[in-house]
Formats: sequence, C-alpha cells, structure tokens
Amino acid sequence: MRLIDKRDLMPATKTLETTRRGFLTLSAGAAGGLLLGAAVPARGLAQSGAEGDVLVTPFVHVMPDNTVLVLSKHLDMGQGTASGLATLVAEELDASRDQVTTDFAPSNPELYANTAFGVQGTGGSTAMPNSWEQYRKAGATVRAMLVNAAASEWGVDASEIAVSEGKLSAGENTVTFGEMASLAAGQKPPEDVALKAPEDWVYIGKSFARVEVPQKTQGSVGMFGIDQQPEGGLVAVTARPPRFGATLASVDAADAKAMDGVHDVLEIPQGVVVVADTTWKAMQARDALTLEWTEGSGETRGTDALMEEFRALLDKPGNPAEPKGDAAAKLEQAEKVIEADYVFPYLAHAPMEPLDMTVLYDGSSAQFWGGSQLQTVDHGTAASVLGLEMGQVQVYTKWGGGSFGRRATGDAHLVAEAATIGRAWRDAGHEARPIKLVYTREDDIKGGYYRPLTMHRVRAGLDADGNISGWEHRIVSQSIAKGTPFEKYMVKEGVDDTTIEGIHPTPYAIPDLTVDVHHPDVGVPVLWWRSVGHTHTAYVMETMMDELAEAAERDPVEFRLSYLGEDARLAGALQLAVERAGEAGPEGTHRGIAVHKSFGSYVAEVADVRLREDGTIKVEKVTCGVDCGVPINPDNIVAQVEGALGYGLSSILREQITLTDGEVDQFNFPDYTPLRISDMPEVEVHIVPSTEAPTGIGEPGTPPIGPAVANAVYKATGERVRSLPMSQHGLA
Amino acid sequence: MISFTLNGKETEVDASPDMPLLWALRDELKMTGTKFGCGVAACGACTVHIDGVPTRSCQTYLGDLDGAAITTIEGVESKAAKAIQKAWVELQVPQCGYCQSGQIMSASALLAETPKPTDDDIDTAMDGNLCRCASYARIRKAIHRAAEIMEA
Repeated sequence: MRLIDKRDLMPATKTLETTRRGFLTLSAGAAGGLLLGAAVPARGLAQSGAEGDVLVTPFVHVMPDNTVLVLSKHLDMGQGTASGLATLVAEELDASRDQVTTDFAPSNPELYANTAFGVQGTGGSTAMPNSWEQYRKAGATVRAMLVNAAASEWGVDASEIAVSEGKLSAGENTVTFGEMASLAAGQKPPEDVALKAPEDWVYIGKSFARVEVPQKTQGSVGMFGIDQQPEGGLVAVTARPPRFGATLASVDAADAKAMDGVHDVLEIPQGVVVVADTTWKAMQARDALTLEWTEGSGETRGTDALMEEFRALLDKPGNPAEPKGDAAAKLEQAEKVIEADYVFPYLAHAPMEPLDMTVLYDGSSAQFWGGSQLQTVDHGTAASVLGLEMGQVQVYTKWGGGSFGRRATGDAHLVAEAATIGRAWRDAGHEARPIKLVYTREDDIKGGYYRPLTMHRVRAGLDADGNISGWEHRIVSQSIAKGTPFEKYMVKEGVDDTTIEGIHPTPYAIPDLTVDVHHPDVGVPVLWWRSVGHTHTAYVMETMMDELAEAAERDPVEFRLSYLGEDARLAGALQLAVERAGEAGPEGTHRGIAVHKSFGSYVAEVADVRLREDGTIKVEKVTCGVDCGVPINPDNIVAQVEGALGYGLSSILREQITLTDGEVDQFNFPDYTPLRISDMPEVEVHIVPSTEAPTGIGEPGTPPIGPAVANAVYKATGERVRSLPMSQHGLA
Repeated sequence: MISFTLNGKETEVDASPDMPLLWALRDELKMTGTKFGCGVAACGACTVHIDGVPTRSCQTYLGDLDGAAITTIEGVESKAAKAIQKAWVELQVPQCGYCQSGQIMSASALLAETPKPTDDDIDTAMDGNLCRCASYARIRKAIHRAAEIMEA
C-alpha cells in the first residue's frame, strides 16, 4: 500500500494546525482530551459514568471503574478488527480480557491514520498489519505509566512490580488498574517501550471471543449507523436518476409534500430528497414524486454494448505494465499455445445494512454518524461541501453492517450527499435537526460503485517439456482509482494497479510475462469489491494454470509448486490444504484446487463439488490452507476465511449486475441473488503456524474459491467456465 | 390506533394501518433490533414472531395485527431462543451481525418446532435469511449446538 498525502483529502486552504485545534475543541466531550497522558474527569467521558480520573491516551483509556477502553481507529464491519486491536493492547498491558471494551475513535488523521495509507481508513486488509506494532506499543505505554505510578506511590522500584490480569502488585500492595488510573495519568509516557517476546504472549495466537458478539445476538440498541435515532431526528431518502450521470428535467413534488409526516422535498445535484418523520413515510413520499430526467443524459449504453466495445479492445494493444522477459518470442517457440477470453460481470457489494449516514449541520459546524470506512476522505469531503474547516466537522464511526468495500469510496459520495442535504435543509430555512440519509435496497443494487465489468485475454505457451513458454495477458476494465484521491498513487503510466494485481505481480516464477490494459471510460461508478482486482485475476490465473497443467500432462499441484520455488509460504499453504483435504472429497464429488497470494497472505482452497442431476452444482466441501503470519485470533481467521470464500462463491454462482440502455436491470435480492445457507459448503480452515508479522485476512479467502470451483466443474463436465456467473451456463 | 401484544406487553401504535410492522417497530417504537434489509421479504433481516410463527415484518401491515402477539429479538425469551443465543455466542456466529436478529428469530422458531433438526430441516427453515458475511457454516453448527443445549 502507499502513503497518501493528507493534503489531497482536505480542503485546500486548511492547515493541519487548525485541524488539530478545531478537533480538540469539538471533541471536548465524548472521547476528548486526547493528549497523551492527560487525565480528564470521568464525567467528561460519555462511556464511563464512574467517579475519579481517567487515564487517557490516544488508543487506550483506563477508567476508574477498572474498564480498559480501546479506541479502534478502524471501522469494524464484521472482520473482527475492534476485538483484534483490543487483544493487542490487552496483551502488552497485561489486562484481564474481561475488563477490556472497545469504541470507535473519532476522525482524526493526526492520531488515527492507517500507517499504510497515511490517512484514517480501513481497507486492503491492512487493519491488523498496520496496527500490529502501534496498538501493542499503546498497551505497553499504558502499562509502563501504571507501573511507574505504583512504584512512586509505594516507594519501590518499578522492576519489583508485577502486572497480571489487570492488577499491579508488589509485596503487600495490590491494586487494580482502575485504582491506579488517576495517579498514572500524571506520569510522563515513556519515550520507548519494549514489547513482549512471542513466547510470553498470553492472548495473541489463542482464539478469543469478540467483545461485541453478545450485543449482536440481542438486537442491542444503536450499534449500526441505520439504528441512530437522535432526538428530533428526521429521515431522508433520495430519488436518483435512472441512468448514471443523468440530469433532472423536472419534478412535481406537490403530492409528496402534502403527505403526512413529510417535512420538505429538496432538490440537490444528486437528485430529489424527501425529508420525513420516518423512513417509511419518506419512502412513500418518494414514490409520490413525479420526476422527469433529461432524455439521453447520463450513461446510455447497456452491458451488451459495453461488452462489444470491450471485446474490440481485446484485439488492440493496451497500456503495458512493466514486462518480464520476452513473451512474444517464447510464444513463437512454444509447442502448444492456449488462448482464452474471460468475462466478469459488474457486481454489487450489497452489504446487509444498506448505506446510511446521519448529518447534523447548524451552519457553522457539522457532525456525521455512520459506518465510515475512509474517515479522512469522508471528513475532508464533508468540510469541502459545507465550506467548513476540518475542525468544524466531526465524523463518528458506528459498527458497519457489512461493507466488502462499499463504504470506502474515494469520492465520499454518501457523506457528500448527506452534507448537501444538511445544507439544503438549512438553506430552506429549517432549524438544524439530525437527518439520517437512508438507502433502500433498490437504491443500493441500482446505485453503482460496482466491481468493474472486466474482460481478460490470455495467450500462454508450453514448451516440449511441459513448461510455460511465454504468457501474454490483456485486461479491459474501468479504472477504480481514476478520478479519486488514490489515482496518483495507484495508476502508473496508464495502468491501474488494482486491475492487474494478482497477475502482475504473480508469485509464480513465469519468466516471460507481459500484461497490458485498457481502461475504457464508462459512466457506471466502480469500486473495490472484497479483494478488488484479485476477484478476477486469481480466477484467470488459477484456471489457466489448471488448463496448462492438463495440457502438459502434469499434476495440477506439482505444476503449481514447480513455479513457486521462490515463494515457500504460498507453496506451504497449498501443501497444507492438499494434505488436509485427503485423497478425495465426499463420494461423487469432483475436486478443484486454487492458490493465491493477496494482501500479503497466502490462501489455498480445495473445493469438492457435486454435479447434480439437473446440471447444477453444489460445493460440498472446501479445505483451506492459510498463512497470514502470526495468527492473532485463530478463530477469527477461520471465520474470515469461511465468510470470504462464501462471499466469492456467492458471486461466481449467481451474482451479476447488467444494464439495458444504461439502466440497471436488477432491483433487489429477488433478482440480485446472493448465496443462501443451502448453497454453503462445509469449510475446514487450516492455519500455517508463523511468527512473521501479521498480514491481511478480511479479503484473501475470496480469490481462490472461484477458480477452485471452476476447476472442479471442468472435471465434472469437461467444460471450462470462462464467463461468470455460472448461472448463465445452467450450473447454478 | 392499533393494539397488539409486543414482547408480552400491551402496546398501542398510532400509525397508518398500511405501515409495515418493521417501520412501526424501528421508527415509531424505537426498537431497532429488527433490521431493514430489503423491504420485499427476500432477506429475512426483519424476521419477528407473530403468534409464534416467524414472519417478515417488512411485508406485514399494522392493519392486520390488531390483537396479535408479536415477539422481537429484544423480547425473545423462549427456551429455544435462549439456547440459540447461547450457541451463537459460543460459536461466535455473527460477523457484521446485521442479519443476526433475523437469523436468531428464524432459528429459534425452527428449534421450538423441531428440537432436533436435520441439515435439510435447517436449509428449509433458514434459506430465507441472507447473510452477506456468509456466516452460514457457523449458523448450521450453532443450531445443532443449540439443540444439544436444549436437550441437556
């Protein structure tokens, strides 16, 4: 990942100084006083309610009631990060797990930047890797402050103080962290702290229950953005154009405005907004609008037309990524050449919690509440839209009801729309009230920001000995990063890294490999979708490796291993999965394998697939080998891989977004059809023991499932599936 | 004014009879445990029990509920539901958790009816409940585990 210059994301005239000062003024309440080592009265902290002083550091607060509050700088959208970060702190603090709780840090790029991005945000499976040292050091720092305070209070040397399970003791003296919090707050934080050796870890590497799971089984109040019910709050829904980029010709809102509970109907650049007492009333009134959109405006091509254009581009040279060797010459010399085209559809993320963002704007300051995934981008965009300083705006992160990339948008369109509604509401002369902008499922499915429609063409050669002899690869796909703050970091010489990742680079030692790309301009907004480019590159690479192995009359595992000589970890994950999968799957099933490296992690999947009498498939079992470095919470790694491969399987079976004359054909779950429990395979996840620094786990389970299943389907049917979803071929 | 029993309490809602129960619960009664996922009874996130039967509250209208007994995730207290919630925590089923209120309502109705469900029973009872995190493998295991807890 790359470091992003914060200035790219902030209003041009604002300095970091005003950012920091303004932020601290705004946040004097809830999670305020973020200066390292400051003590603030407990009553100043909304989460506490206890008496006495709180030890406050940026990432860890120790409460007088002995609660240790860990502030997650990351959105937790189900990937378990909040608890993972709490574990890193608890480990070095020697806290008891029972005393640790979590909350989300407010937006503050100075304190809470993702160290892989340079700004605050969650993505690219970086949450644990970028926090690995930072949160352990945060725990160790607080531990040292508590120890030093106790040493000073008891008149003993710090080395005589033992710390365990949230208690400090020396001789006759024993206190809880909470009892020492007030005195510790007066301690200067040490400049540097030592971290434990791996053999001393108590929590890291052992499965632990996530802190929020009980709440998530009880329907607890207010966890998610959509559950925000602030006093006096209203709900907004927006009628958006039927074609991306189309413009409004006219609106008749008379019927809508006359409806019970409707407060106003506002025209904004994004569409026409109904503001009402409740979600249902807002939705009803939106249906009562009479809207006309300018004829022929916006993107008017359908997917058939787009695919025709993309196919034509496959015949033309694109922008080259840095080549390896001389693929063309090697292909000339090849004994056999396999050529194949692949088609991948637009995909919606469709997180179970539809998008929402609550705004409260009073003309001189604004607050936002929701599942913010790129807080700094959201924060800076909101400030720009409202003409405010960063310090006059705050973004409060809530638990995300899924995301899969959808809440991380380079244009911050959701926050921008909420901010615009806040301003339009005020401009219409209303008093400031919290307004919750809510997407319906139709808004979500039809709303764009899809995994791009993508085509690949591969020409791969084999020499007489069955070795790869030249590999030419062309990809046609909209650029995800183009036009966003990420463009200058992710697009190099006309090649978007997120289009080619997984093929270029590839861990396979293929000596002669060229990749070129076309990034056609299409008016359909596109976005990263769990595992991004790997969603299609792994499919092509791993089905092609299977095809080449067969053509070379070599075993598919041996063939892959012969190209993984320099990547022992990927080979290790593959060997583990194959070994644990055993000789064969359940009776009557066909087996396919795939292995892929993404986000620093190595995942192999062995899929055992049944072909039913009606020609559809059932993936019965998937056996996985995973190497993601130190397994911080093994059970969560298992859960993430189960879920990630389920998400990938969902997409290859039946998911696709298509357009007719620029309008999205699908509307909701009846026709955008995700995986259901009856489709879900039994999953076994085996983790390679490792002491390497942890790498991503939210996404790496997704890429291998498609090709593993496709390779099994080939065994069952003799057909190579080269266009998705499989439902098009009667397989699902 | 529409009257029904909600989680054991007599409740009155002053809202249009054609308002879906989902929105009455969430926006009128401020009980946000029941979730909005699709609005067209295709995802199960809004599942509640009406007279003990798992029902999609997004397609159930207030006008049809006079005198009904409604149970939501906030008030579900049956032996089956307690076993399900316990198993859900034990097996760490939820990921994002957004669909889980609905999953738990469907699963607890299944267990109340069928104390030892087979995998096929689970598929039939749970196929209407989407989970985009694909926590399905654990949902299946946790239903079997809850059946054991119930039996013990």
